[in-house]
Amino acid sequence: MTVRLSVEGATKRYGGLTAVDDVSFVVPDRGVTAIIGPNGAGKTTLFNLISGAQPPTAGRVVFEGEDVTRLPPEAKAARGLVRTFQLVKLFADLTAAENVAVGTHLKTRGGFLSAVFRPPSIRRMEAGIAARSRELLDLVGLGAVADRKAATLSYGRQRLLEVARALAAEPKLLLLDEPAAGLNAEESARLSDVIRKIAASGTSVLLIEHDMTLVMNTADDVVVIDFGRKIAQGAPAEVKANPAVIAAYLG
Amino acid sequence: MTNSPATTSPDAGPPGLGSEAEGTPARSGLALVLGALPWLVAAGLVGAAGYLGGYLATIVAFALIYAVFVTGLNIFMGFTAQVSFGHNAFAAIGGYTSAVLTTTYEWPPLAAFAAGLAGSLALAGLIGWPTLRLKGHYLSMGTLAIGLIVYEIAVQWESVTQGYLGISGIPSLGIGRFEATGDRQILAVLTAIVLLGAFVVARMRRSRFGRALSAVAGSEEAARALGIDVARYKLASFLLSAGFASLAGTLFVHVVGYVSPEVFGLHMVILAFTMLYVGGLGTVVGPIIGALVISLLPETFRGFRDYQDLGYGAALILLLIYAPRGMAGLIDLAAGRKAS
Repeated sequence: MTVRLSVEGATKRYGGLTAVDDVSFVVPDRGVTAIIGPNGAGKTTLFNLISGAQPPTAGRVVFEGEDVTRLPPEAKAARGLVRTFQLVKLFADLTAAENVAVGTHLKTRGGFLSAVFRPPSIRRMEAGIAARSRELLDLVGLGAVADRKAATLSYGRQRLLEVARALAAEPKLLLLDEPAAGLNAEESARLSDVIRKIAASGTSVLLIEHDMTLVMNTADDVVVIDFGRKIAQGAPAEVKANPAVIAAYLG
Repeated sequence: MTNSPATTSPDAGPPGLGSEAEGTPARSGLALVLGALPWLVAAGLVGAAGYLGGYLATIVAFALIYAVFVTGLNIFMGFTAQVSFGHNAFAAIGGYTSAVLTTTYEWPPLAAFAAGLAGSLALAGLIGWPTLRLKGHYLSMGTLAIGLIVYEIAVQWESVTQGYLGISGIPSLGIGRFEATGDRQILAVLTAIVLLGAFVVARMRRSRFGRALSAVAGSEEAARALGIDVARYKLASFLLSAGFASLAGTLFVHVVGYVSPEVFGLHMVILAFTMLYVGGLGTVVGPIIGALVISLLPETFRGFRDYQDLGYGAALILLLIYAPRGMAGLIDLAAGRKAS
């Protein structure tokens, strides 16, 4: 197993409150790792430390051997660390397919002049982007609504669209922030399916999740957080049987 | 739900509007006709102005110059969703540079235009570089400031701008030996420039560059998460729109033959905003139809003399309430597409 991401002693303090307290774990270069924990355990703060939305008070985030702790989000994305958002942030004025096309930004080239003059190389590139967008929309089951404005899609579909858009950036590690929040059982099942497919294609996945069914169905490794501290780590079945975890969840 | 989206989807927009099966033949045919409508109306107005000449031709020429200005503003405000209160500064720099260089120094119009464009872009870069990195309203405030400063300079720097007196005797639009004289030639030249601008924007919108601007408009956070350098794209958008503004300023002084500070005052910004919102923010045809309608609207209400402003204001408010995407958006709605 090669390490893709390692979180080393991540700590975040807000004044006297310690939201994340000395958390360390590694994400391997394959499979699905899940971070779980009760409400207010510090999951989202931890996620933000990793994705670069906020800097940690102490500790490091190392991606593929490089310290990326203080890099801005766009620099992390350029290295292959791509996230989705808990509250979907789609580009409302663009169609589903165009949203996914934005995801290919890092993997394509071309500025204003090439847009206006549209030489053959750019035409070919655009055709490639369109084909790739369709493929990804089909993967998440949104092929039928490719030309609909993102804002007109149901919430569940918007979540899936966000996953497709993130995949278009060809991440090495995909960070999913509570991807099942607000999904019904059927949509959640489809999402599990998509997450397994993503992992099978060689992208490692780190997800923060509340929905235990999704975690048990998809994760290979589970990190449990409570009161900002890591209280357990292991395979889903192991973690489920861990007395400390049961205590944290049942109070 | 994904197995049979057409029957079980909860996604359908407002009742009777966008359904899952978009683009049934009849509907896309209707959309095509309605989509062409603003272009046909614009063509009709410009054609009538060319045919009738006189006062109508003058108003339509002004409208076309504003269409260039608003097309540029739309790149920044519509496609990138930023706000600028100071694009009149770039029009003033373009206009005054052209006026001074073609009269005092007898430069050909094209060379003077290039010099004005360079000046406008330099100022846009100077103001945009620091402020576009900041979140919030810093840029808007900054642009408001340069609009006012440039106006003051036009008033005070009398040795060059001749202050309130203005500069007159500016030659007509021309390249080499060709010179656009008479209403029809001027309208033809302006129409060609407006169409070229619309073409550039249409191409831009469906490109990697244009999608990046839309991403910045949609969510800066999500754009950054996908590796888009938000500050860079905002600056590019600002420079582009400043370029259009500079061109509009140059066109104005050549068409009118005279320039004074009030031409590029704050009222230019207010007028341009109105045109942009009425025509349709973030659409290709919006700035053109908005410029034409807003230029002709006061003339339409002129008969009611005392009620002119009232009618004008009421028409604007109704448009903004019922067609927040402007007239171009209204047509989208009518065609059964969701406007946003």
